[in-house]
Amino acid sequence: MIIATEGLTKRFGRVTAVDGVSLRVPAGVRFGLLGPNGSGKTTLVRMLLGLVHATSGSIEVLGEPMPRRASAVLPRVGALVEGPAAWGHLSGRANLRLLDAAGPGRARNRRRRVDEVLEQVGLGGVDRRPVRAYSLGMRQRLGIAAALLREPELLLLDEPTNGLDPRGIQEMRALLTSLNEGGTTVVLSSHLLPEVEALCTTVGVMDRGRLALTSEIAALQAPTGRILVRTPDPAGVVGLLDGQVVGRSGDLVTVTGTDPVSLNARLVRAGVPVSGLVEERRTLEQVVLELTGAGSDRVERRTGAGGSGTGGSGSGGPGSGGFGSGGTGPAGSGPVGPGSGGSGSGGPGPAGSGPAGSGPAGSGPAGSGPAGPGSGPPGSGGPGSGGPGPAGSSSAGPGSGGSGPAGSAPAGPGSGGPGPAGFGPPAAGGRR
Amino acid sequence: MIGVELRLLLRKRRVWLCWALLCALPTLVAILLATTRLAPPPGRGGAFLSAVVSNGQIFPAAALALVIPVFLPITVAIVAGDTIAGEASAGMLRYLLVRPVGRVRLLFAKLVSIAAFVLLAVLFVTVVSYVVGVAAFGFGPDASLGGGGSIPSLSGVELTPADVAFRTAATVGYLALCMLALGAVGLFLSTLTDSPLAAALGVLALVVASAALQPLDAAAAIEPYLPTAHWLAWIDLYRDPILWTDVREGTLVQLGYVVVGFGAAWANFGTKDVTT
Repeated sequence: MIIATEGLTKRFGRVTAVDGVSLRVPAGVRFGLLGPNGSGKTTLVRMLLGLVHATSGSIEVLGEPMPRRASAVLPRVGALVEGPAAWGHLSGRANLRLLDAAGPGRARNRRRRVDEVLEQVGLGGVDRRPVRAYSLGMRQRLGIAAALLREPELLLLDEPTNGLDPRGIQEMRALLTSLNEGGTTVVLSSHLLPEVEALCTTVGVMDRGRLALTSEIAALQAPTGRILVRTPDPAGVVGLLDGQVVGRSGDLVTVTGTDPVSLNARLVRAGVPVSGLVEERRTLEQVVLELTGAGSDRVERRTGAGGSGTGGSGSGGPGSGGFGSGGTGPAGSGPVGPGSGGSGSGGPGPAGSGPAGSGPAGSGPAGSGPAGPGSGPPGSGGPGSGGPGPAGSSSAGPGSGGSGPAGSAPAGPGSGGPGPAGFGPPAAGGRR
Repeated sequence: MIGVELRLLLRKRRVWLCWALLCALPTLVAILLATTRLAPPPGRGGAFLSAVVSNGQIFPAAALALVIPVFLPITVAIVAGDTIAGEASAGMLRYLLVRPVGRVRLLFAKLVSIAAFVLLAVLFVTVVSYVVGVAAFGFGPDASLGGGGSIPSLSGVELTPADVAFRTAATVGYLALCMLALGAVGLFLSTLTDSPLAAALGVLALVVASAALQPLDAAAAIEPYLPTAHWLAWIDLYRDPILWTDVREGTLVQLGYVVVGFGAAWANFGTKDVTT
């Protein structure tokens, strides 16, 4: 184990930032630490580095207890904690040289090593400008360079792609992957789920200080037992596979089944044209949203009964996966009235993640069977219920937006369930 | 780490600005005195100023007496307040600690950099004011009789230039120690906050409070232990024979401040959660 914590707890006054975390990171993995803002990721990373002292519990990093053996452990660890930092009045190169000189270890080859890591992060041609004149992306690259400076065995990176443009993100991903293949264990924390999905082999999900889950990413993305068929002739598909069809939206039909190959053969044999066919898979986003509550940066007004409504968990059913364009807005997190979310009933509808959420109103219940569970106090759930049904599908239309008092089950026109969201542009529907 | 600290210190524009301003004040006074020839009468005005007009070689002592009450402590407060809090607010503290730089080692390196700053500050003032003083007021009445002229001590006895050089060196050391004591307190305050400004103002509050208590008869019991109490004891070094008692006592008190300040900084910072 590269990292092993046991019952790790940290309290700041009355706030418990990290609560009984037992984390194990094996050697050689790319580990993604996920969780909403304020879920304790950064505090955990700081404790691993000996910056913050645990209230209780034990930590081992690289097989040695921390923070007792910090002087032996830390030289083998490269870290980026809560954004990069540098002495603003010095150049990037001078910063790295001084940082290298500040700690233990040989001074030999310092210039060459500094030039090498600058080259690695794409700052090889950087001039003598002081760091305070750097762009956000350059600072981020410099921070990563500093972490790489001593060829660490373990890289602990907090939000490593912050401030980088898409090309920069791709470069970092390639860099971290190649370092990992060279034997470096990479641990990164992020709330950018697609980023983690693309890079990591293992994830840990934190929620309100607890470690809610650790798992191989491949296991999380298991097929849902549904197949998504895209076809110019949806009626043909429905006619052929009548009993198996669970949803239909535009040119997209959701069919139960686990073998896309034979399904494809069957469709083709019957002369039904198929333009796309893929197994539906859970996205990381769905998994995380099911596990976690709203981030601590979300502060609800405490009115009405359902006030605290943790909209988050609403992510619903097995969702789209497949070629679902995976909307960005976390389903359910929309600024919907209090009490709306919560439900997360995870109906059968493949809506789920997808764009459903990106419509501001597309709160939790997206995809939940019979629309809004109506749990919220009157009036509150209303706008939220837009989510379900056709959420996400381009046809969504403003329909749902329904202002009806919560509980008006039939809210979403798509009546939840079968609405194969996940495709098409973000649900224009839910928008209030 | 110490080497890194010194390099960082020397590359800060603020530090050089502090030194430049410290040297500018005595230079301005010298220019005014030289053009007006209106020296304050003996016994009034800044120490040594009355003697300066007749002999430029005594001007370093006068210059130090000018900067010691307010100007020098302000620069020390700025630099010492910046030590830990400055790194914390820039976010470098966490990167230094995970580099790793041991916490005690970091504190010690910071203390050394404060020491370097105050020593260089006092030295610069001394050297610049010597040059300015000699340029403005000459070597004194005996200068034409070969070599540097002798210099009157506060006791009236004439001192040789070599003798004055020794006394000036002792003065530089003593004042640097006084300022280092203040800096050690600043180092401690700097570990308490993430704001360099707050730490610097804390140091200045200490100086002002101490200076306010000093003349108070009711505070006589604690007066010898106030940080500012012995700041002017070095003037005794210019008497003949040298009056050591105050200087010796001052040295002990100031060393005490260094030890207490550094110890408190260590106690606070050694196990502190670094969350910046």
